[in-house]
Amino acid sequence: MTIEALTRLQFAVTTLYHYLFVPLSISLALFTAILQTAHVRRVARGGDDTYGRLSLLVGKLLMTTFAVGVVTGLVQEFQFGLSWSAFARFYGDVFGPTLAIEGMLAFFLEATFLGLWWFGRDRLPALVHLATIWVVAIGTAISAFVILAGNSFMQNPVAYTVDATTGRARLGSFFDLLTNELNLAAFPHTYAGALMAGGALVMAVGVWHLLRGQYARGSAEFTAFRTLSRFGAWFTLVSGAAVSLSGDTLGKVITQVQPMKMAAAEALYRTTSGAPFSIFSYAPVGQDDPTFSLEVPGFLSFLAKGSFTAKVLGLKDLQDAYSAQFGPGDYTPWVPVAFWSFRLMIGVGMFAALVALVHLWVTRKARVLDPDPRLAQGLLWSVGLLPLLPLFANSFGWIFTETARQPWLVFGLFKTADGVSPGLTTAEVAASLVAFTLVYGALAYVWVKLAVRLVRKGLPEMPAPAAQEAGEADDEFAPSY
Amino acid sequence: MTSWLDLPVFWYCVTVLAWVLFFVLEGFDFGVGFLGPLLGRTEAERGAAVRTVGPVWDGNEVWLVAAIGVTFAAFPDWYAALLSGAYLPMIAILLLLAVRGVAIEFRGKHDTARWRNGCDAFLAASSLLLAGTWGAVLGVLASGLALGPDGEVHGSGLTRSLAPLFGPWAVLGGFAGVLLATVHGATFLSLRTTGVLRARARHLTVATAPVLVVIALAVFIAAGHAVVAAGAALAALAAVAAWRRAEVLAFAATTTAVAGTVVAVFTAHLGEGSWVLLRSTLSPAGDVTLRAAAASDGALHLITAAGLVILPGVIAYQAWSYVVFRRRVATGFPAARRRVRVSR
Repeated sequence: MTIEALTRLQFAVTTLYHYLFVPLSISLALFTAILQTAHVRRVARGGDDTYGRLSLLVGKLLMTTFAVGVVTGLVQEFQFGLSWSAFARFYGDVFGPTLAIEGMLAFFLEATFLGLWWFGRDRLPALVHLATIWVVAIGTAISAFVILAGNSFMQNPVAYTVDATTGRARLGSFFDLLTNELNLAAFPHTYAGALMAGGALVMAVGVWHLLRGQYARGSAEFTAFRTLSRFGAWFTLVSGAAVSLSGDTLGKVITQVQPMKMAAAEALYRTTSGAPFSIFSYAPVGQDDPTFSLEVPGFLSFLAKGSFTAKVLGLKDLQDAYSAQFGPGDYTPWVPVAFWSFRLMIGVGMFAALVALVHLWVTRKARVLDPDPRLAQGLLWSVGLLPLLPLFANSFGWIFTETARQPWLVFGLFKTADGVSPGLTTAEVAASLVAFTLVYGALAYVWVKLAVRLVRKGLPEMPAPAAQEAGEADDEFAPSY
Repeated sequence: MTSWLDLPVFWYCVTVLAWVLFFVLEGFDFGVGFLGPLLGRTEAERGAAVRTVGPVWDGNEVWLVAAIGVTFAAFPDWYAALLSGAYLPMIAILLLLAVRGVAIEFRGKHDTARWRNGCDAFLAASSLLLAGTWGAVLGVLASGLALGPDGEVHGSGLTRSLAPLFGPWAVLGGFAGVLLATVHGATFLSLRTTGVLRARARHLTVATAPVLVVIALAVFIAAGHAVVAAGAALAALAAVAAWRRAEVLAFAATTTAVAGTVVAVFTAHLGEGSWVLLRSTLSPAGDVTLRAAAASDGALHLITAAGLVILPGVIAYQAWSYVVFRRRVATGFPAARRRVRVSR
C-alpha cells in the first residue's frame, strides 16, 4: 500500500469510528434535555418522577457515549497536523480558525456543562440544573454546524483567496464560510441523521424492555419504557422524514457544485436527459453499461434538478471537462463505492424509519407490545440491530460524501495526494493504524458492554437529594478554595 | 504594522497561555489519576480521589482542544511542524488520553469492585504514562526537532519521530513531568479531600517536592537558566507550605511551577534570530519563526474578535463550575447512597 492510501485509510478508520459516537451524543443530549424538562414540569404539577428516571437513563447513556466521542474527537483535531501537514499548511488559514472557534464556542460548553449536569444535580437549583443539559444540547448543535462548515469548504470552497506568493488559501469572510450554500443544506441533513441514530437507540431500549416482559402491565417501569419506545420511534420517524427532505435539497446543491459526485452516485457514465434512477444495477468489471438494472425513469433528473426531463451530466463528459480545466489526470471517483454507499445510506436509513412507523402503529392509542412468546424471543435478539441501522446509514453517507470527492481534498483546489505530511514514513502510519485499531476496538467493546449493562439494569432510581450533605458531613464547612 | 496591536505577537501569547492552562489544569488531573489508586487504600478512598477531578477533568482537557486549535489557527506552520515532527509520541499521547478519559467516565457507571479496580488500573497507568510522555515531548521541544528546510522532520521507519525520545532531553523531561504531576496532583488532592486521604497527599507533597528541588538545582548548575532556579524555589515553597498545612499556598506554588516550566519550554528559543517558535536542530533554515508561521491578518482578526467575545465567557463558566464543586470530597461513599444499595 502506498503511504497516501495508508494515510487515507487511517483517516477513514478514525473518522468513521468517531462518527459512531457523535450522532448519538448530539441526539442523546437533546433527548435528556427534553425528558428532564418534561420531568420538571410534571413534578411541578405534583406528578411522579417517570420522566426524571428516563432522563437519568438516557443521560447515563449520553455520559458513556460522550466520553468516547471526546477522546476520539481529539484525534480528529490533531490529525491534520500529524498526517496531513502539507494540507494543514495550505488550508490552515481557513480551517484553523474554524476548529479554534468550534473549540472555544461549543466544545468548552459541552464538556464543562456536562460535568455540571452530571455532578451538579444536588448542588444546583432544579431550573439551573435543567439549563445545564440544554446548554450541552445546544453546544452539540453549534459544534456540528461549525465543523460541517469546515467540511463544506472542502466540498465547495467559498470565501477564500489564494495567496499569490505562498500559493496558500487565505480566509475571506467567516460568515460566508458558515453560510456556504452546501453547509446550509448539509447541516439539517446531518443533524436529522443524528437524531435518527439516537431515536432508534432509545426506541430499541424501550422495545427490548417491553419484549422481555419482566414488568407488569401498568407498572411504572412498563409505562416508562412504553413512553421511551414511542418517544424514540417518533424521533426516528420525524427525523427520517427530515433526512429525506433535506437530502433532496442537498442532492440538488451537490449536483450544482460537485456534479461528478452525483454522477458517481448514479454510475451515470453518459450525459442524459430524463435520466433514470436505478435502484439496483450490475455491470461486470471494466464495463460501463449495466447488464442488469432496476430503474425508475426520469427520477434521477428529478432528484438532481427538480425536473423529470432535465439533463444530468455524465462521468465521461465531466472527466473530459475537468481534464481540460485542471490538466490531465483521473478525476473520476471510485464509482462502485459511490453507487452502493449512496443506496445503502438511503435504504438502511429509510428501513429504520419504517420500523419506527410500524412500532408507532402497533402501539397506537393505549395498545401495548404483547407478541407471542416464541416470536418475542426472536424479536428480542433483533432489537439489538435496530440502533445500528441509522448509525450505518450515517456512516455510508460519510463514505459516499468523502470518497466521491476524490481525487480532491479541497474540490478543484488541492489534491489528496499532495496533502500527506512530506516527512511521514510508511512504518509510522502502519504502526499508528494498528494502534488506533486495537485501542478503538477495545473502546468499542467496553462501550457496548457498559451500554448493554446500563440498559439491562432498567430504570434508575432518582438519587436521594440528601446524598450530598451526608457525603460531606465529615468536613462540611471547610471550603477547599 | 498599522494596527495598534501586533496580532501575531498577541496570538503567540494567547497560544502559550492556552498550553499553560492545559498543563496546569490537566497536570493535577494526571497526578490525581495515578496517585488516587496509590494513596487510596480502600475502594471508597480511591473513589473519593477520582471524584475530586470527576466534574472538571473534561473541561480541563478542552484546553488541549483550545491550545491545539489556536496553534493551528494562528500559526498553521507551527502546528504542522510540531505534530508531524513528533508524530508517534503525539499518537501515543492521543491514545493514552483516550484510555484515561474513558477510564474516568466509565468507572462509576457500573457497580462492581472488579470493574472499578480495572478502571483504576487503566486510569493510573495511562495518567502516569501521559505525565511522562508529555514531559518527554516538552523536553524534546525545548531542544528542538530535526526540521529540514521544508519544515518537516525527514528520516526512515519508526526512528524518524521516535529517536528524539531516547535522547537526554526527553529522559529529563519525562522524569520531570512525572515528578511535577506527582507534586501538583498531591497538592491538589490534599486541597480537595478530607481525612486520611488529605493527610497522605500532604505527606507525599512534603516527601517528593524536595526531589524536584534537587533536580531543578542540578539543571540550573548544568545549564544555568534562571527559570529553573525559580522552579527550584517554588518546589521548595510547595514543600514548606504543605508541611505547614497551608494547602492553598502549596497549590499556588505548584501551579506557578508548572506554568513556569511550560512557558520556559515554549519561549526557549524566542530570543534567537527572528523569534524562533520551534528550533531546527539541523540548520536555522528549518526554524519555525513567529512571523513566517503566523496566519494571515484576516484569520488573526477573526479569531481575535471571536476570542474576545467567547473566551471571557468560557473562563467565567469554568470558574463557576469550580465554585459549584468547591466543597471538599469526603473520603468514602455518601451515607445515603450506601443505604439505597443495602435496601436493594
